[in-house]
Amino acid sequence: MTLREPQDGAAAVALVIVSHSEQLAAGVVELAAQMANDVELRAAGGTDDGRIGTSFDKVNDAVNELRAAGHDVAVLTDLGSATMTVESVLDLLDSDEATHIRFADGPLVEGAVAAAVTAQVGGDLDAVVGAARARELFT
Amino acid sequence: MSEHLTTAWALAWIARAQAALAEHRMELIDLDRAIGDGDHGENMDRGFKAVVAKLDAGSPDVASVLKLVAATLMSTVGGASGPLYGTAFLRASKAASENELDANGVAAIIAGALEGVVARGKATTGEKTMVDAWTPALAAAQDVAAAGGSATEALRAAATAAQAGAEATIPMQATKGRASYLGERSIGHQDPGATSTALLLATAADAAEAL
Repeated sequence: MTLREPQDGAAAVALVIVSHSEQLAAGVVELAAQMANDVELRAAGGTDDGRIGTSFDKVNDAVNELRAAGHDVAVLTDLGSATMTVESVLDLLDSDEATHIRFADGPLVEGAVAAAVTAQVGGDLDAVVGAARARELFT
Repeated sequence: MSEHLTTAWALAWIARAQAALAEHRMELIDLDRAIGDGDHGENMDRGFKAVVAKLDAGSPDVASVLKLVAATLMSTVGGASGPLYGTAFLRASKAASENELDANGVAAIIAGALEGVVARGKATTGEKTMVDAWTPALAAAQDVAAAGGSATEALRAAATAAQAGAEATIPMQATKGRASYLGERSIGHQDPGATSTALLLATAADAAEAL
């Protein structure tokens, strides 16, 4: 493990919720937190000045803060252009960081809840990203 | 008209691009309202205003100007055009290895931009996106370079081809991005991203001709 252990019993994998809407990102975090008390959840919603859209800096800052705290990070998005913002952030990371930060492609709300619960029970990054994609869990 | 394009050209281009995007803001908004979320004109205007505020005449080379544009657009444009144009300018910057661009150098930075847009947006031609402007622009610039034309001629040919490419998106049905949710109702409207691409390349040619 090159990873430092997260402090205070927090789960190893943290989530960043990226939405065009600040309120939607915050709402998804609120919902996912209900079943995942020990998981670090960060909302990166809206643009820097509070408009509808996504912010490279908000995503980048959230990812870097969680990495600095010792977490692996799964990033979930609401729409295609949010995904492009996330991929831009991932592209500019150092290559040794890339194994610790992944885009989880799935339905935002169901995926975030599934991913958060998986992180809560100790799943690693692969398991959390897999859970975010696994829509069938909830249908 | 000078033979090779330098940092002075890049700075003049970006200043003209900002002015053109401000002038065409409402047009881009209207195009995007028809088939998208209506933010393209606002986002591009905002992004390039931020770029111009950060540009300084001390930029050492073309690549550094393009890289600053890339980073600023990624940070300040909230919509899809942020990562798309951000990646386009980033790859164009990497392709601008020579600080005095000839026609081949112009074709190389357009190739870099196209590659960036394709890598980020995963679109191909005929899907009613900015790829439909960048692709013919690259072919036109390469043709000029192969025929021994100048950098300025390559840019003008690219701009003309990009404009034709943007107009050719009108009868297309969108199959990428949010416009694709409209299905057949996306037909009959010019793609806003292809339109802003044509504007950018036109200002690049204008700046070169005015040197």
